[in-house]
Amino acid sequence: MSEPLLSFEGVTYRYPGDRGPALEELSLEIGPGEFCLLAGLSGHGKSTLLRAACGLVPHFHGGHFAGRVKLAGLDTREHGPAHLGAYAGVLFQDPETQLVMSTVRAELALALESRGHGATAVARGVEEVALALGIDALLDRSTHELSGGEKQRVALGAALAGRPPLVLLDEPTSQLDPVAGDELIGLLRRLNQEWETTIVLAEHRLERCLASADRVIALQHGRLGCDSEPQAFLEWAARNAPELQTPAAKLLALAGLRPAPRGVRQARATLRAAGRLPDANVPAQSAQGRHAGRAGRAGRRRRGTPAALELRGVWHELRDGPAILRGLTLRLDPGETVALMGRNGAGKSTLLRHAAGLLAPTRGRVQAAGRVALLLQNPGDYFIHERVEEEAPQQALARVGLAEMGERSPRDLSGGERQRLALAIVTGTADAPAVLALDEPTRGMDRGAKAQLARELRSRAQEGQAVIVATHDPEFAAACAGRAVLLADGRVIADGPAAELLAGGWYFATETARILGGAGGALLPEEGARLLAGRPAQVSAPDPAAPAPALATAVGDGGDASLQGAAIVPRVAR
Amino acid sequence: MGPAPLFYRRIASPLHATRAGVGVLWLASLTAAGLLLYHPLALLALLLALLGAGAGAGVGRRLARAMRTAAIVWLPIVLVNVLVSRDGLTVFARLGDLGPFGQGDLTVEAVVYGAVIALKLVLLVLITTLASLAVDPDETLRILRRLSFRSALTASLATRMIPLLGADAQRLAEAQRTRPQGPPGGARGRLALLRAVIAGSLDRAMDVAATLEVRGFATARRAPRLARPWSRHDLAFGVSALAILALALLGRLTGAASFAAYPEVHASLGGASFVLCAALLLAALLPFADRRGIEP
Repeated sequence: MSEPLLSFEGVTYRYPGDRGPALEELSLEIGPGEFCLLAGLSGHGKSTLLRAACGLVPHFHGGHFAGRVKLAGLDTREHGPAHLGAYAGVLFQDPETQLVMSTVRAELALALESRGHGATAVARGVEEVALALGIDALLDRSTHELSGGEKQRVALGAALAGRPPLVLLDEPTSQLDPVAGDELIGLLRRLNQEWETTIVLAEHRLERCLASADRVIALQHGRLGCDSEPQAFLEWAARNAPELQTPAAKLLALAGLRPAPRGVRQARATLRAAGRLPDANVPAQSAQGRHAGRAGRAGRRRRGTPAALELRGVWHELRDGPAILRGLTLRLDPGETVALMGRNGAGKSTLLRHAAGLLAPTRGRVQAAGRVALLLQNPGDYFIHERVEEEAPQQALARVGLAEMGERSPRDLSGGERQRLALAIVTGTADAPAVLALDEPTRGMDRGAKAQLARELRSRAQEGQAVIVATHDPEFAAACAGRAVLLADGRVIADGPAAELLAGGWYFATETARILGGAGGALLPEEGARLLAGRPAQVSAPDPAAPAPALATAVGDGGDASLQGAAIVPRVAR
Repeated sequence: MGPAPLFYRRIASPLHATRAGVGVLWLASLTAAGLLLYHPLALLALLLALLGAGAGAGVGRRLARAMRTAAIVWLPIVLVNVLVSRDGLTVFARLGDLGPFGQGDLTVEAVVYGAVIALKLVLLVLITTLASLAVDPDETLRILRRLSFRSALTASLATRMIPLLGADAQRLAEAQRTRPQGPPGGARGRLALLRAVIAGSLDRAMDVAATLEVRGFATARRAPRLARPWSRHDLAFGVSALAILALALLGRLTGAASFAAYPEVHASLGGASFVLCAALLLAALLPFADRRGIEP
């Protein structure tokens, strides 16, 4: 192996004030031109590893650091992040905090100027990076008027302006819609393949980028859990960390097929070779089949029964601006769980704000059977007290599993816990809301936290609350919703059972549905496995309550929500 | 979505297409003219020039809004001057003996002088607004970065962060409205809210600081001088700036713009005064006539 570009030798690191280490005895090497995917649950050390690689740990964060990290031969204990920045570009989660100048051109130029490049080098560097990332049309735009995806591309451009050999990315797609997220991953693949830029990418939705990766480094409690090529990682994950399994790998594992696929294409090839690729014309399961109970009555209109929420011909027209909602009509029945999907700007958040009475329609009418609790995108915006117990009533905290954390500061909670606390705050009082509306609640969450939230939403629907959740995440939508509504340009363009709507598309489809071509309306690996187990006979309306097929062994909670507590590990030989 | 913010956005206009240094010079010349001249007609000419420039730069509406907002300042100025000034001779109202403040005689001269000062202030507000809307702050601060990198970058950062913090505050307020019991009330509630805002700002500041660190802020050096050919708009606004400055000095020195408010109002109203006003208007607005090459 050539000289490593980045190496960790026995690194143990503890943040100031923390008792436990964020990284423990970590040793690894990353060579030039590698595309490494960093996997692990929230709080298991991914971000810390990236921060240690660029010198922010320990120089910026302080704390106790032992061991040695070398970047391009430079010891990070002796060289600070500013110096190391010439060798490693860094992209964090939130694009808003990574743009410091008012125009894109100035943003791209800043990193070069501050490193003392001459005028010609700055001009050339800006031009080159803008062309390479396809942001040349944005050069004279103001940074505050860019979309989230554009901002993240510009931030990546700023990180790459000095052409560093290594790029470190910390969940860069977590704030983006699926289109912008996929574009960013495509861009990274191009950088890696055409310029041999080494990529180290921390990401929760592994299925999005596994196909591009040469190697996966999985962290567990700050230690190295697995360091191998993607296929071996998937097999390791099936045995040791089911919550890190991709839906494709889980589907094939449940179906008893090998090898674990990196993505949709490989999964379909394996199924085809085994003669088990289902006919895409197998009809979707009925709506009643998904998330049974009161929540399962998706799509059906119960004449005569009062709606939990009803929007009739709602328009939201901005003064001197566009119409965000255009005559939107939508009805939610009590106990119904609806996933609201659509690209950024389609009107999802505006719809939810109308539902909760934060906005008044310029035309049309909104009616609710009771209180509408709205959980906005950023849970941190709800926290105004020093202790968790001050934020919400004890009963509400107990319901979301935070009763034992009353003494802690809300800001010290993990991503999933913060979301649960915010949920307790908005639903808080004794009278349960008639409608629970959530605006992209899974941003930046790992699979385990998402599964927990999906369970909570289904449970509330079972109690009769109508739940409407705006999300870009088809896997989450499939896990919690019986009905899906697709918005575009402020209008409802599709409304139907999730099994139909999330099975037949590219972007608004789960990975399982894409693998199976939408057959049988199977959205989740468990449903897909049941469909596959039923071949050659076509499967109709599988019952989620039915036991898992006998070809696999249930070993514990796998994190995915549709089969609670039934993560299934394949019998895979090493 | 709220009203359009008072921040720079590159749009197709001759002023936006001009390099920041020249844009600043042009606005500085208008400022100098506004400070040098007291003649109401000349000031009105400058006001018209600024409103015309706003329209020419595609920011007329926002400039008009800024002018309406400026009323909060200019109305009190006129009122206070009328009440405190004792220099005028033409009394139009007597308030009688005001004790330690003497006789409360309100004079026409005090009204006129107050209006002139208020008009000057409105001009300054409009110039500042136009600068924030039409002159690239990054490019301006880049010039300053050659003198003091860190101070200028901090100023850049503040410019970028103001709308961001505004958005943060709006988000936070919205989140509090969705609490079942509504936003926290009372002094304690407001204090908690303030603490949350500050904590959020500090979190953001930490993230921004980390970004700056990895972009080389700690080893920052002086920004290089960028060689850039002079565009037709650079030249036009440069010449316009010099012309405005020359006309203002000419008006002041030749008496064409002579004006005195006390003890009685006296303003030159000869042909030279009108020519001066027309020339000021023309000099300021001519650069906007050329709309070639203004696209971003």
